Amino acid sequence: MPDPSPLSPTSPHLRGLESGGWSPAKLALQRFQQHRIAFASVFIVAVLYLLAAGAEFFAPYTPQSRDINYAYCPPQLPRFSIQSGLHVLTMRVSIDPLTFKRTYLEDPLQPIALGFWVPGESYHLGGLFPANHHFLGVKPRPNQLPPTALPRFYFLGADAIGRDIFSRLIAGTRISLSIGLIAITLTLFLGVTIGGLSGYFGGITDTLIQRLIEVVNAFPQIPLWLAFGAALPAHWPPLTTYFAITLVLSLLSWTSLARVVRGKILALREEDYATAARLLGASHLRIFCRHLLPGVASHIIVVTTMSVPAMIIGETSLSFLGLGLRAPVVSWGVMLHDCLNLPTIVNYPWLLMPAVLIVLTVLAFNFLGDGLRDAFDPYTAK
Amino acid sequence: MHVRPILLPEKISHPNVPGSGPLLSVQGLSKHFQQFSSGFIRRVQGITKAVDNISFNLAQGEALGLVGESGCGKTTTARCILRAFAPTAGTILFQMPDGRRVDLATLSKRALSPIRQHAQMIFQDPYSSLNPRMPVHDIIAEPLIIHRLANARERDERVAEIMARVGLAPDHRFRFPHAFSGGQRQRIGIARALIMRPSLLVCDEATSALDVTVQAQILDLLQTLQREFKLTYLFVAHNLDVVRGFCHRVAVMRQGRILEIAPTSELFNAPQHLYTKILLSAMLSPDPDIPMNRHLTEQLAQLDRLAP
Repeated sequence: MPDPSPLSPTSPHLRGLESGGWSPAKLALQRFQQHRIAFASVFIVAVLYLLAAGAEFFAPYTPQSRDINYAYCPPQLPRFSIQSGLHVLTMRVSIDPLTFKRTYLEDPLQPIALGFWVPGESYHLGGLFPANHHFLGVKPRPNQLPPTALPRFYFLGADAIGRDIFSRLIAGTRISLSIGLIAITLTLFLGVTIGGLSGYFGGITDTLIQRLIEVVNAFPQIPLWLAFGAALPAHWPPLTTYFAITLVLSLLSWTSLARVVRGKILALREEDYATAARLLGASHLRIFCRHLLPGVASHIIVVTTMSVPAMIIGETSLSFLGLGLRAPVVSWGVMLHDCLNLPTIVNYPWLLMPAVLIVLTVLAFNFLGDGLRDAFDPYTAK
Repeated sequence: MHVRPILLPEKISHPNVPGSGPLLSVQGLSKHFQQFSSGFIRRVQGITKAVDNISFNLAQGEALGLVGESGCGKTTTARCILRAFAPTAGTILFQMPDGRRVDLATLSKRALSPIRQHAQMIFQDPYSSLNPRMPVHDIIAEPLIIHRLANARERDERVAEIMARVGLAPDHRFRFPHAFSGGQRQRIGIARALIMRPSLLVCDEATSALDVTVQAQILDLLQTLQREFKLTYLFVAHNLDVVRGFCHRVAVMRQGRILEIAPTSELFNAPQHLYTKILLSAMLSPDPDIPMNRHLTEQLAQLDRLAP
């Protein structure tokens, strides 16, 4: 069968012609969908935020729920069999009388059946609606003990006082992925406004703002963070303190975005369409918002996407050092604070699970940013 | 030599006819740019006189060509008249449709805004003059929104009407500029300028970025529109052929000054100024028997010696 003519309407050569009515945003979306890894990253990020939103429901236990009998219990892999369905095996613990080292052994004769949508510890969904069903949990047998007396399972192992790492990871997702977002919003607002003013008006305004940026950039950030940590009222809860510090830091971190926006606006305002709008009688605000800002939007989106992983890493490193969040707040950094010494890591490597999740999240955000940049600006890449 | 058929309106309302003075009267217009030293404290190091004390009148319905080599100040003149730049000196008297005369050179930004409806510009580069992120409908309707001239339904009607008038399919109004050719884009720019029914249209090299056939189409369109909308053109160009077929009068600029201003046929047949002669001799001719002027550089240097 002969090839379709290169000019037939279905020919791939003519596909571009259909795009006449497509907005640049729609064309960008189409390019974005061709970036497989970035598209997969959207899925990962969506799942993470879904977990964060419904953390109480998706976690089998509440983050503070513990059972000291299961201290440092290793991960129990879920299994499947015809008789017991989805299950894990009961862990039998033996304690070395000399070293007090706890050894866990799986008992193949005592499966613990797991189920979806099972009753468990009660919680308030989103802090409002009382509920006690969990996405995954130990399936209660009929005429059995109250749920609290059920055997526990540790999908990703337990920490030093027998708290479920898996549940705490999910609970930590909420803090780790959200606390910096407000700071990022503030950074975004400051960066776009100040950088926009600088680029749009140019001249002396521009010079003053650029010098201001240089001064702000010269502040050492970590000592400042420490100083604020010390200066904030001690009776504030740890979450409020951390939130306040990130807000103060966003007052320092708008500079790089401001530089980018300034450079772009400086170039765009010389475009004829900006002059045309001015000659039509458009106001400064209209020229800036309708004509110049859309041209920078892609940069802003990419910079924002790329700054989310920086914020996650920042939270993690500071909490790890003990400067950021502190227990009882649950975040990935706080969880990593438990593995400060080598013996812990050697004996109980599952405590490092938050690091795996951090790597996954940061990679997902970076690929997302990459994909967005390629989609908006297809000429720089490749 | 090939000459485009000249389709000029029969009558130009003359400045002397009572009740219709010149639409635009430019007197002693200058635009000087300061050059700054580099560094934190910027000292003025020198002054470039881009436009230096030029004067001309523009009658209602006239098309005045402004020609000259690149860098002679013709685009700066055009942009000063529409106040894209603030002129350094001079008056730009513009006659409003209601008969009032306003000096565009000294008006404040706020006072200038309503006058923008009556004086518009067409740009050289059809690619950079349209916002790539706005659909054509929004681009053409923007003047109506800025000046609050019509509600949403009237806007749609007027956009469709003006698109048909400039030779675009109104069905394409939700497409984005990237879907149009250079000539079509220039038509969009013309539609945007004309939707407010201005009386003065400044064409800043409006056809020089287009290929020859499209150029001819756009010039035809501009001439048709001139009759329909009773437009007055200030036509900045470097292509003398274009000016010859399009303009009633031509002003020749060099180094910020107008050297000669004369009706088109007079200027082309009996140029007075030496520079005009050199400029005309620089036109390439399709007739192989007419030799190319190979002495341009020497002649220009000679001109500079005569009038520094």
